[in-house]
Amino acid sequence: MLPSPGLPSFDYVRPETPQEVARLLFKSNGDARLFMGGTDVFVRMRDGFYAPKILIDVKHLPGMREIAFGKRKGLTIGAAVDMNSLARHPAVAEHYSVLFEALNSVASYQLRTRATMGGNLCNASPAADTAPAALVLEANLVLRGRRGERIVPITGFFTGPGKTVMKRGEFLLRIEIPSLPKGAVGRYLKLGRNAHGDLAIAGVAVLGYPDRKAKSKHRFRIALASVAPTPIRVPEAEEILASSPITPEVIEVAAVAAMETARPIDDVRSSASYRKAMVKNLTRRAIESVLDGLRVE
Amino acid sequence: MSQHEITLKVNGELERAAVPSNMTLLTMLREVLVLTGTKNGCAAGECGACTVLMNGEPVNSCMVLAVEADGAEIVTVEGLTHDGQLDAIQQAFVQLTGVQCGFCTPGMLISARALLDRNPHPGEDEIKEALLGNLCRCTGYTRIVEAVQQAANN
Repeated sequence: MLPSPGLPSFDYVRPETPQEVARLLFKSNGDARLFMGGTDVFVRMRDGFYAPKILIDVKHLPGMREIAFGKRKGLTIGAAVDMNSLARHPAVAEHYSVLFEALNSVASYQLRTRATMGGNLCNASPAADTAPAALVLEANLVLRGRRGERIVPITGFFTGPGKTVMKRGEFLLRIEIPSLPKGAVGRYLKLGRNAHGDLAIAGVAVLGYPDRKAKSKHRFRIALASVAPTPIRVPEAEEILASSPITPEVIEVAAVAAMETARPIDDVRSSASYRKAMVKNLTRRAIESVLDGLRVE
Repeated sequence: MSQHEITLKVNGELERAAVPSNMTLLTMLREVLVLTGTKNGCAAGECGACTVLMNGEPVNSCMVLAVEADGAEIVTVEGLTHDGQLDAIQQAFVQLTGVQCGFCTPGMLISARALLDRNPHPGEDEIKEALLGNLCRCTGYTRIVEAVQQAANN
């Protein structure tokens, strides 16, 4: 028998202001859930994990579907911007290749018509593909609560699988990505059970840029998906690449450091030990690829 | 549960409907408008059998609420034909036998049409990439990819 396309009962609401959204989320105490593309929420409702009494749509609120880019200011992404629209924005392909690659690695084209980077981050799946990109791009998240806005750096956003620092009543308004250091090159490498469209067994984002003050003349930022309770940066590996001239041996040592920082689990997609091995390989390959890009620049 | 009055265009026709909050676009198309060409496969956004165009972009209609389609333009497989003439993509599927059981075909055609609308001359890899959200358990995909290539060339 085919699965039912129906959803459990709820009331769909479209509040007119962010303040009303925050108030509704606060007073409902878990009975209301915010949604944007619904690509996670609807699946979880069908599976019985979520049973919200109210679903709050916020896609129509001011700025939620806007993308803005300025060379100095960087990239601002409304929380409800869909992944295809974001990937199509010229600034994303040109300046934020690590994000471009991460977006295009998510599920299928038609799912990305609805899925949002904002939702991907707020769901806080350890496997979220846009999270490692956000981590190496050092994104800031602008949250709205009952008492106004606050900014949370992505590095302090995730607290566990499905958990973030967002408080009761808070929701994401936009993602702000600073302009990048000059000459920066980024890559996102993802391994799934098949070549395209699967959730990550492991994902590795690497951003590199020239820096005369570093002993290696380069700085790297490295982040991992699907190999720890949250998406993580791996500072040990980053430090190794900054502190001595980059040779194949140094890259290998950094890749091993990334592997050792990872704390994966066994699950339906992979064993923990395979994940560890793949973190090493993907990290090495991503660093090599970024270095190639830096030499061309 | 709240009801919502919505107005939308489906295959060029203006439609009005009163839909409950939890009704999906897929259910509305199939059960309210009786456009049963669009299929329910996985109900999880994985298989693509329910793919329709929403404002020109493909979506899994099992993953869209009917109320969210208020004001939208929807095209289903029934809307691909014009004046009784099959769309070029449909003709190519017929000619090259891109169909076996046919269950995935409506979604496959919509995804292929959307690809050709945004990229009139896709390479083989681009076709495979665009169709990876449409699962087919019969054909092995080869003839589907060939059909999209033929439609692009014509």
